[in-house]
Amino acid sequence: MDADQGTAAPADADPAPKRRVHGMLKLYYGLNEEGKALGQAESLDPCDINGPHFDPELYLNKLRKECSLGELVDQEACMVKQIRSLDSDMQTLVYENYNKFISATDTIRKMKNDFKKMEDEMDCLSTNMAAITEFSARISGTLQDQHAQITKLSGVHTLLRKLQFLFELPARLNKCLELQAYGQAVSAHRRARCVLQQYSHMPSFRGIQDDCRAIMDQLAQQLRQKFRDGGSSAKDLSECVELLLQLDEPAEELCDKFLSHAQARLEADLQGLEAELRDSTSSAVVKASSPVIIGSPAESSMSATNPFLAPSSKTDILEFIDRGCNEFVSNLCLVIASYQELFINRLQEGDLATKNIPQMASGKLHTFVNSLAARYFSLVERRIQEEKGVGDNSLLVRALDRFHRRLQAVSKLLPGSAVPSQGTEIVVQAARERIRQYLSALQTFYLDSLTDVRQALAAPRLTVGGAAGAGPLLGSGAGAKDAPPSLPDLLSSLSTSILNQIKSVLASVHLFTAKDITFSNKPYFKGEFCSQGVRESLVVSFIKFVCQSSRQFCESAGDRGGSTPPALLLLLSRLCLDYETSTISYILTLTDEQFLVQHHTPVTAVTVLCAEAREAAQKLLNHYVKVQGLIISQMLRKSVETRDWVNTIEPRNVRAVMKRVVEDTTSIDVQVGLLYEEGVRKAHSSDSSKRTFSVYSSSRQQVRYAPSYTPSAPMDTNLLSNIHRLFSERIDIFSPVEFNKVSVLTGIIKISLKTFLECVRLRTFGRYGLQQIQVDCHYLQMYLWRFVSDENLVHFLLDEIVGSSAHRCLDPSPMEQSVIEVICERG
Amino acid sequence: MEDDAPVIYGLEFQARALTAQTAETDAIRFLVGTQSLKFENQIHIIDFDDENNIINKNVLLHHAGEIWDISASPADKGVLTTCYNKSECPRVLASISLSDNFYIFDFISSESRVLTCASVWRMPPEWESGSHESPDDSSNSPQTLELLCHLDNMAHGNVACVLWEPMGNGKRLISLADNHAVLWDLQESSTKATVRYSSATLEGKGQLKFTSGKWSPHHNCTQLATANDTVIRGWDLRSMSQIYCIENAHGQLVRDLDFNPNKQYYLASCGDDCKVKFWDVRNVNEPVKSLEEHSHWVWSVRYNHSHDQLLLTASSDSRVILSNMVSISSEPFGHLVDDDDLSDAEEGHQEEKSKEPLQDSIIATYEEHEDSVYAVEWSSADPWLFSSLSYDGRLVINRVPRALKYRILL
Repeated sequence: MDADQGTAAPADADPAPKRRVHGMLKLYYGLNEEGKALGQAESLDPCDINGPHFDPELYLNKLRKECSLGELVDQEACMVKQIRSLDSDMQTLVYENYNKFISATDTIRKMKNDFKKMEDEMDCLSTNMAAITEFSARISGTLQDQHAQITKLSGVHTLLRKLQFLFELPARLNKCLELQAYGQAVSAHRRARCVLQQYSHMPSFRGIQDDCRAIMDQLAQQLRQKFRDGGSSAKDLSECVELLLQLDEPAEELCDKFLSHAQARLEADLQGLEAELRDSTSSAVVKASSPVIIGSPAESSMSATNPFLAPSSKTDILEFIDRGCNEFVSNLCLVIASYQELFINRLQEGDLATKNIPQMASGKLHTFVNSLAARYFSLVERRIQEEKGVGDNSLLVRALDRFHRRLQAVSKLLPGSAVPSQGTEIVVQAARERIRQYLSALQTFYLDSLTDVRQALAAPRLTVGGAAGAGPLLGSGAGAKDAPPSLPDLLSSLSTSILNQIKSVLASVHLFTAKDITFSNKPYFKGEFCSQGVRESLVVSFIKFVCQSSRQFCESAGDRGGSTPPALLLLLSRLCLDYETSTISYILTLTDEQFLVQHHTPVTAVTVLCAEAREAAQKLLNHYVKVQGLIISQMLRKSVETRDWVNTIEPRNVRAVMKRVVEDTTSIDVQVGLLYEEGVRKAHSSDSSKRTFSVYSSSRQQVRYAPSYTPSAPMDTNLLSNIHRLFSERIDIFSPVEFNKVSVLTGIIKISLKTFLECVRLRTFGRYGLQQIQVDCHYLQMYLWRFVSDENLVHFLLDEIVGSSAHRCLDPSPMEQSVIEVICERG
Repeated sequence: MEDDAPVIYGLEFQARALTAQTAETDAIRFLVGTQSLKFENQIHIIDFDDENNIINKNVLLHHAGEIWDISASPADKGVLTTCYNKSECPRVLASISLSDNFYIFDFISSESRVLTCASVWRMPPEWESGSHESPDDSSNSPQTLELLCHLDNMAHGNVACVLWEPMGNGKRLISLADNHAVLWDLQESSTKATVRYSSATLEGKGQLKFTSGKWSPHHNCTQLATANDTVIRGWDLRSMSQIYCIENAHGQLVRDLDFNPNKQYYLASCGDDCKVKFWDVRNVNEPVKSLEEHSHWVWSVRYNHSHDQLLLTASSDSRVILSNMVSISSEPFGHLVDDDDLSDAEEGHQEEKSKEPLQDSIIATYEEHEDSVYAVEWSSADPWLFSSLSYDGRLVINRVPRALKYRILL
């Protein structure tokens, strides 16, 4: 307890030195005095036991004043505890510091020994260095003379080498000349030239110079010779020119020479192409004039006469263009490149770039290129024009693409040249021409198809096997059924084959606009080609052609209808109608999709074409009705005109002509039914065949004829028929028909019966003549009503016929209706 | 406007034959021949009172038979020709046969023929006075035609039509009988007809028959045009030889033809192909123009006598169509100005020139008929008036629309 008090007391007694020691310790242990600054500032309070300004007296007094005894005791206990812990901390610190001090003393003793040894070695080194310095000074003093001498000698040696070069120069040049190492010679001469020039006043040098000059002249001569000769490659040539330029030849002359030489070689290329062209045309002519089988003697002899071109006598256009590109265009590019390298680029840099030599050179180059390109283009154009076959368009397109692509190289080399645009123009021309060819090919195809159909229509009665006579157009359908092709088959095969043809043509033409084709992004191919070319000139024109040629069948065939089979008219009419309803819009949509039309020129609208097609269909169908009606009319007319109706015998049969009429009508009905829908009829009476039959009966006729017998009332005949007419609609005989079977048949029957009526009115009948007409009309009545839209029409016309013949009868005593029925039912 | 309404007259019998009374230039008068096998046939003389819009009729009996064709003399108002069927012949035979047995009847009956004959008649002079006094009585006591002469056709066959020499003196006739064209001369009193020249004959395969013909008013009346089947032929009457031939003029039968009264080489034809075609006979390969307006056979075509752009067609679709064919008429640029007019008014001339020429067009379609119209004729007195006749005996008198009339005249 005492000890504790004791340690606490000195701390209290002498605070200043203790604080100093404390500060140093703090420094040693890295504690920052400043870090406590705040705390120190705060604890100015003398009652703070940890503060620097702690005043034990004040503290004690304060405690004594403020605290109770218990608190004081607690305070005291707490303080004793703190003092004890502080005491032990201090002891630990003192112990640690003592250990460190001992190790530091050891280290200092060791260092003292080491330094002594080092001092000795340094002394030794300084002596050695002094010795070396002395030696070195001595050696340099000895060598000074010799060095100067060597320098002088080496100078002399260099001079001698140069002189030797000069003296040897003529020989060397000669040797170079012999070895044709012109480049070396020129560079050697160049090196020596100025020296020789400078010392030309000395005779020996002059001699050398003269020799050299002579040799160089000779060299230049040889170079020029080589230049003139041609035969050497472009690279050789350019080297040659380069050398000549270095020999101060005039640039313009060289340009000309260079170009003329290049021209000679390019001409050769062109001539090769031309020969090929001529050959291919001549061989084509030979082929056309004598259709020989490939490999026949004629062909081989032909190729034998043309030894140069024998292997490629039938080159296709791609090969031709390839050859043109590889030979002519690439050579041209090479020429341009080397020319520019030689004359333009270099001269611009070099000291020769005076005046306007580059301009002159490039001007020459342009005219040169233009003239040659023009010839090349004319050749290509000729070749393209020969490309008449429309089989494989890809070849042509690829050829054109290559052609166009290779010309791009020229445009890169010669930025201002018109050549590439001319080339594009050729491509555009070719495309236009192609479209024209495709249009005519389509047209031919269409007409051929029609011929096939015509033959097929004529054939069925002859060909039993079917497949053989059916022709390529109908191959599958006819073969499968082993029967003559029916109208729907013909129609579908016709329309699909046309459609396929259009599609394939579109596909072929589409190649022109493919992405990988260089010219497809030209404005022409993006716009006008699609809209005006493909859509208008090709597709729309073709559709118009179809309509127009169909219409021509109506006009040119004449009214006798002999030339065009009626079935063909019917077929075409249906075809046009199909075009109107679907095909046209399909084709145009297809076209518009394939060729994204961006051009804004007005195009033919779908509706216009549809209207045209519908008009054509209508016209054809009307014509069909007219022709078929005419055929039946003619039968009826002949039958009425050629008979002597006054003196005919009592009718026992229906006349064969009427049966024929019914048969024909039935077959027409079947024919039309194959292609057209049934159509709308007016409502039938419930049992048409019997009931209508009885309406048109003798009782009614009796009413009509009755007045005829009674002279008192001649007016009544007219009155009755007039009243009848008042209530029936006017009948237009040759009126347009609708697109259905019933309407077509109605038209035909109308025409036939009206003819019958008019013919009857021109004749005079005997009693049996009238009865025969009655029988005939009844027979027609029995069979024809079912074909027409309004059976009353048939009744009305037949009534008219019988009525008119009754009027035209000398002895009008009509036959009993029952007898008529019996005769008709008997057939 | 009421003046433009059609006037309709009904006959009791069916009728095909219609003609204007050519020699009459004051009164509007048409002659109609009926076709009846049972009753006495008649010739109706239709007088049209233009001012009052009234029709006066007179009936003359035609005992000879049903009338297929009728034509009036261009010189004498009272003279006319008819082509008619002789139907007595079989009747007589039939009556004989009744007393015989069946087989004989058959035999004889097969021998009987209906022959078409032609005769020249004179109308009784008093018909005109009678009609005016008591029009109602005329039907009760009809007068009879006076026969002048037969155009004896025994050698030639059935007569299709008889043509008077246009603008002639009424002494020359042509009859077309089967395949013969015969030129007749009437004697002074018109009571006897003689064949003047050897007749022209059609030759070819099959039975060729003339269907119709027209005597050209041009070239001093020396030309004739005939139609048979689909062919139109021109004949020179002096030599009776063919001068032109339009093969396949129509697709089917040619029904009628007419000469343009003002353009000597132009003629119009119509036929069973529903078309009307205009020909320049100097070029027989192609028609000058072709119309297709009717919906059935066209039976008759007539140029207006004064204004040849006006053309009438009649068809068995029971329509009559009046067309205005300006472009191929003799007045393609409107009415030609006479010399007098020119001196009168220069201004009027200028005006006329500035007037837009009329286009070829249909002026009107007349649908008053209920049956086939077989004949149409212009009036010889009034160039703006015409009549048409349908098979049921209806005669319709119509006028050219007033607007067009003034347009043409002014």
